[in-house]
Amino acid sequence: MSKTITIEPVTRIEGHAKISIMLDDSGRVVDSRFHVTEFRGFEKFCVGRSFWEMPGITARICGICPVSHLMASSKAGDMILGVRTPAPAVALRRLMNYAQLVQSHALSFFLLSGPDLILGMDADPLQRNMAGLIAANPDLARAGIRMRAFGQQLIRMLGDRSVHPSWAVPGGVRKSLGSDQRDQVLKQLPEMHATINIALDLMKDIHDSFSTEIDAYGEFPSLFMGLVGEDGGLEHYDGKLRVIDAEGKILEDGAAPEDYQRLIAEGEQKWSYLKFPYYRPLGPEQGMYRVGPLARLNVCDFAGTPKADRELRQFRHYGGQGKPVSGSFYYHHARLIEILHALERIEEILGDDILIDHHIRSQAGVNQNIGIGISEAPRGTLFHHYRVDDNGILEDVNLIIATGQNNLAMNRTVRQLAERFIRGDKLDQGLLNRVEHGIRVYDPCLSCSTHEAGRMPLQVQLFSARGELLDEVKRC
Amino acid sequence: MPVITLTIDEELVSARAGQSILEACRDHEIKIPTLCHLDGLSARGGCRLCLVAVAGSPRLLPACTTAVQENMVVTTSNEKIERYRRMILELTFAERNHTCAVCVSNENCELQTLAAELGMDHVRYDYLNPDLPLDTSHERYGVDHNRCLLCLRCVRVCDEVEGAHTWDVKGRGIKSQVITDLNRPWGASESCTECGKCVEVCPTGALFTKGSAVAEMKKEASFLRRILDGREKRQWRR
Ligand code: SF4
Ligand code: SF4
Ligand code: FES
Repeated sequence: MSKTITIEPVTRIEGHAKISIMLDDSGRVVDSRFHVTEFRGFEKFCVGRSFWEMPGITARICGICPVSHLMASSKAGDMILGVRTPAPAVALRRLMNYAQLVQSHALSFFLLSGPDLILGMDADPLQRNMAGLIAANPDLARAGIRMRAFGQQLIRMLGDRSVHPSWAVPGGVRKSLGSDQRDQVLKQLPEMHATINIALDLMKDIHDSFSTEIDAYGEFPSLFMGLVGEDGGLEHYDGKLRVIDAEGKILEDGAAPEDYQRLIAEGEQKWSYLKFPYYRPLGPEQGMYRVGPLARLNVCDFAGTPKADRELRQFRHYGGQGKPVSGSFYYHHARLIEILHALERIEEILGDDILIDHHIRSQAGVNQNIGIGISEAPRGTLFHHYRVDDNGILEDVNLIIATGQNNLAMNRTVRQLAERFIRGDKLDQGLLNRVEHGIRVYDPCLSCSTHEAGRMPLQVQLFSARGELLDEVKRC
Repeated sequence: MPVITLTIDEELVSARAGQSILEACRDHEIKIPTLCHLDGLSARGGCRLCLVAVAGSPRLLPACTTAVQENMVVTTSNEKIERYRRMILELTFAERNHTCAVCVSNENCELQTLAAELGMDHVRYDYLNPDLPLDTSHERYGVDHNRCLLCLRCVRVCDEVEGAHTWDVKGRGIKSQVITDLNRPWGASESCTECGKCVEVCPTGALFTKGSAVAEMKKEASFLRRILDGREKRQWRR
C-alpha cells in the first residue's frame, strides 16, 4: 500500500506551506510536494496603474525584502525612461541593497535558522525557537538582532522607514545620505565585523555537528543562476546573468536583462500557486536551477572584497575541483559570506565622495514601452518586467521571484529528506523538523513568491498510493 | 453690512448677514471639518462633512451653504453629528479605491487627515471596488479617479480662478466622474493652460504631478488666497 505524508505549516518561514509525501506499496517515498496555498494577485492588479507607482506598490509584496522589489522596480522604470540614472543614485541604491542583504541574511541565519542550527534538529520544539536560542546563547541572539537592526537602520536612514520605503524611483532616488548619518554607520561597522566573524567560526562547528546529515538537505546536481559583474565578480544590484551547470561549466554568460525570457521558462502545477521556473534550453527536468546566496557564490569568479574573497576560497572546497558547491545546507554559510561582503562594500561606498553629489534623480517621461529590472534579492534573482503604453500605464506585468525559482530544488530537498528519514508509515518529530529545515535553508519568503492572497503556517500529510490519508502532523 | 447675533455652541456670537455658518464659525475660531469647501472658491455643499444642527430644523444642515440668521441656535458638535461625519468618511472610502499606503498623497492628504482626526478607524461598508482608470496623458499631470471624492474643487478652481473651465462632471450619483474637455483625455485638452491649480487644490491624490512617488505630493492650496487677494484687493504678497 502506498502512502502520502503532508507537512503543514512550516514555521519561521515567511508565507504559508503544506507538504505531502507519497509512499508506494513497499513504504518507499515515491514523490513529495511542497504546496504553497497562498495566492496574491500583484501581477494582475498592477495592470492599469502607472509604472511610477510600481516601486511603492511592489515593495508591499514583501515585508522582509521590500528593498529588493524597490531595486528591480526602479531599474525597470529606469529602462522605461531610457535615460542614464545618475551615478550617485546608483551608489545609494547599491548601499540600500547591501543593507537589505545584511538585515535579511541576519534574520535568516541568527533568528530563523539559528534555533535549528544551534539547538539541533532533535531539540524539543518548545525550545527550538527564538526564545530557546536566547536562553541557550544570549550573546549570539543579541548580536544577531543588532546586526539585523544595523541593516534596518541604514535602510531607514535612506528611505525614511525600514519597511516598504518608497525611496528608489524611476530615474534615481529621492534622498541622499547625510554626513553624520554616514559617520554613524561607519562607527557600527567594527561591531558588525566582529559578529560575522563569530558566526563564521560557529558555522564550522555547525558543519561538524550536522556532518552525518548535511547531505540530506538538498545535495544534488543542478544548475545555478545569478548576476555577475562585468568582470565576473559577485554582484547584487546590476550586472549580467550567468548560468552554470553542476560541473561548473558556464552555459550562459553576459545575458542582458532583455534576454531573460530566452533563459527562463515558467512552469505551473495545479497543486501549488508557486510557479516552477526552469532553464528553458534544457527543459523542465534538466533545467532545474538554484538561485540565492549559494548560487551567487557558485557562479561568480570572485567576491571582489578581500575578506569575503578569503572566505570564498575556503567555501569552494565544499564543491571540490572546479565544481560548484551542490549541497543546499551550504546556503547558510554562503549567507554569512555575503554578509561579510556586504559590510565591506558598505564601507567602500560610504567612503566614496560620489555620495556628496546632489544629482540623484534623472527626469524623463516614457521613452520606451518595455522595462525590465533585474537585481539580486537576498533569496535570489528577482525580475520585474513591465509593458507600458505611451502614458506609462501598465499593460502587462511579470514578476519572477527568488523563492519561486528555488521551488523545484525545495521539492527535491523535501523528497531527499523524506527518503532518508521516514521510518515506516508514521510521521515523527525528527522528520517534521528536518523537512521544515530543508525548506528553511532556502530562506523562502512565500508571501512574495506566490502570485495571489492567504495566510501562513505547515501541515504534513502522509498518503497511500490510493490517496488515503495515513498520518498527519500540524504545527501552527 | 448689517450685523446679526446668533448662538453657536451655547456662545452668543455676532456675524455679518449673508455669511455662511461656516464663515461665522471660522471668524470665531470654532473648528468645523470640511472637504469640498475651499476658501476662495464658491460654496458647493457636496461632501456634507460640515453638517451642523440648527434648532428648529429636523435635519442636519451643511455649514458651508447655510446662511446665518438672526437668533439662530447652532450646535457644531455632538454625538450624532460626529457619528454622521464618520459615516460620511466611511462611505467616501468605500466608494473608490484609495489605498493610502501606496498613494502619492499618503501623509499629505486632507481625506486621510480628517479620517484620523474624526476617529474613523475602520469602514463598516462593503467597498465597491470600482475599476476606474488612470489618465496620465497630460504632459505634466495625472488624474486617478480611484482617489477622487468628487469634491469638485478642481472644477471650480479651473472655472472660477483660472477661467479655463477644463473640468466638468459626467454621469450621476456614484457613477459620476470628473472629466476634462467634455471627456477627452486630459493630454488632448485644448482648454487646459497647464497652470496646475486643480492639482494644488485637490484634497487627495486624485490629481498629481506626473512622476511623483508614494507620499511625494505635497499640495499647497494657500496660493489661492494670494491670487484672489491680488485680484480683488490689489494686495500682492508672498
Ligand atoms: S491645469 Fe489649470 S487649466 Fe488645466 S485643468 Fe488644471 S486648473 Fe484647469
Ligand atoms: S479630482 Fe480632486 S479636486 Fe477634483 S473632484 Fe476629485 S478629489 Fe476633488
Ligand atoms: S464642506 Fe460643506 S458640504 Fe463639503
